Amino acid sequence: MRLRKSLVMLVYLLFVLVPIYWLVNMSFKSNREILGGLTLWPTTPTLDNYRVIFTEPTWYMSYLNSLSYVSMNMLISLLVALPAAYAFSRYRFLGDKHMFFWLLTNRMAPPAVFLLPFFQLYSAVGLFDTPIAVALAHCLFNVPLAVWILEGFMSSVPKEIDETAYIDGYTFPKFFIRIFLPMIRPGIGVTAFFCFMFSWVELLLARTLTSVDAKPIVAQMTRTVSASGIDWGVLAAAGVVALLPGIAVIYFVRNHVAKGFALGRV
Amino acid sequence: MSLQLDNVTLSVRGETYISDASLTLDPGSFNVLLGHTLAGKTTLMRLMAGLDRPDHGKVYLDGRDVTHLPVRQRNVSMVYQQFINYPTLTVFDNIASPLKQARVPRQDMTRRVEETATMLGIQHLLGRYPQELSGGQQQRTAMARALVKDADLVLFDEPLVNLDYKLREALRVEMRKLFESRNTIAVYATTEPAEALALGGTTTLLHQGRIVQSGPSDEVYRHPRNREAATLFGEPPINLMPMTIQGDECRVADQRQALPEIWKSLSEGEYQVGIRPHHWSLLPLSEAALHLPVVVRVAEISGSETFLHLSHDRIDLVAHLIGIHEFGVDQSLDVQVPFRQLFVFEPGGDLVLSPPSSRSTSPGVRGDL
Repeated sequence: MRLRKSLVMLVYLLFVLVPIYWLVNMSFKSNREILGGLTLWPTTPTLDNYRVIFTEPTWYMSYLNSLSYVSMNMLISLLVALPAAYAFSRYRFLGDKHMFFWLLTNRMAPPAVFLLPFFQLYSAVGLFDTPIAVALAHCLFNVPLAVWILEGFMSSVPKEIDETAYIDGYTFPKFFIRIFLPMIRPGIGVTAFFCFMFSWVELLLARTLTSVDAKPIVAQMTRTVSASGIDWGVLAAAGVVALLPGIAVIYFVRNHVAKGFALGRV
Repeated sequence: MSLQLDNVTLSVRGETYISDASLTLDPGSFNVLLGHTLAGKTTLMRLMAGLDRPDHGKVYLDGRDVTHLPVRQRNVSMVYQQFINYPTLTVFDNIASPLKQARVPRQDMTRRVEETATMLGIQHLLGRYPQELSGGQQQRTAMARALVKDADLVLFDEPLVNLDYKLREALRVEMRKLFESRNTIAVYATTEPAEALALGGTTTLLHQGRIVQSGPSDEVYRHPRNREAATLFGEPPINLMPMTIQGDECRVADQRQALPEIWKSLSEGEYQVGIRPHHWSLLPLSEAALHLPVVVRVAEISGSETFLHLSHDRIDLVAHLIGIHEFGVDQSLDVQVPFRQLFVFEPGGDLVLSPPSSRSTSPGVRGDL
């Protein structure tokens, strides 16, 4: 029985991991081998593909561009969402519940809807083809999510803690930074992770709002058709490198992600 | 320091939380707020602390109007029913936090934290985090933080409710000791009349946002101002029965009796009598007593005490007896209570006559109600 269970798991894992393996596999092959026929592992392993990624500016700059707008976005989303979430979790005000729900509806709109307004607006104000343009555009989707997740985490902190801090003589900013933020640290980590996840993989807005200077990795990967055809090996290597930040980020929040998926309400 | 509430009223979204409460708390006094859940105990404390502002009325601290002074600028501290500590700080830093905010010099701070922790028996836990402590230790930490800064006003909002029985008893005894040598006003909210009596000091009875009565605890217990106060201050609550005086006869429920000596001063008319559950006796009494045939509904035995739920002529009664008494359901009994232990209320509810305190057993000493 136990054997059969683990067999099912094993088959499932293999099924999930095959594409990732294939990607890694390809990244160590030469184009000739990739196109030559089916080989389960590289017969002549090569690091040439990775060398291209880390030496050609169009490749490595695109990573840096992506990382720069993703981290900008994470920072902006958190800075905006922290006070907002605190207000939603601690105060009752006119229309608070409606506004809270309305925030989430922003996330329900397909990004394509906002393509045109963003493109036109950022072109007009001269933000086109800058990382901040993408970061700001992604905020439209990430801030609501961040507010929702953080509100959940904040509401699990009893209000009496706030009051005790005031009684002890803390000013609000001091309380918020010294007492409150450390208490919801997992929540902040999870929120940052979710912002990262959206912003890192989002293609449409990122590609439309940039052209040359701020071209992100996801866009770069869709533009690798050259005169000699598609460079399969380099593309695979780029894919592997694109996976790494995600793995690193999820490592730090692995214990809290489930709570984040439940918007902090576990 | 004295605290004075002056016609304080607070309502939230059309619901009255506190209605026209006036109260003076003397310096160095220990004050118990007694009332059911939702009676307004917490709200009243929050008004005292300055966490909430009253809609009307004033709060004075030492004669100074502090109604609109934010809590940060008042010298108060509060202990909640839940164990509220800063989870990211050690016990030491938790206790030290009010001193740190007041910029007390490091050395002085360490000494005071250690003193307070020793007083509460948690000096060996200073390096730990709150989550690593038991419930009792967590609450002691919260209490230490409240006591360390020599506040003018210390508020305890049912601090012992979430603790187990033994710890509660132990902490309750310590409670009074902690305040003996201080000039602090202590306010302690509880739902348990026994706790109010055990803590002594003064008791303020709260019901549905109103102050029903306030005064020295045993005084309030022995001479409740009205039916409501008598009902609130007793667990199980006082038994009430209609009584009529006519000529030299009185009728309690449907029992006609000769008018006892102690009621001779009362004029003819309708009254209500109140009988504390622990005054009922199953044995014949030598003195003038009210006899009542009753039917047993339920005998509730808890440890070495029995709560007999009785009924007489559709009036439900409770008797609190010491020792284990087993009775069958619907068994008929005769219970009695000396006339001198009865409270007499007007039909409107005001107290007319309370038992003379001369020989009556002090409930605080007996410890049961």
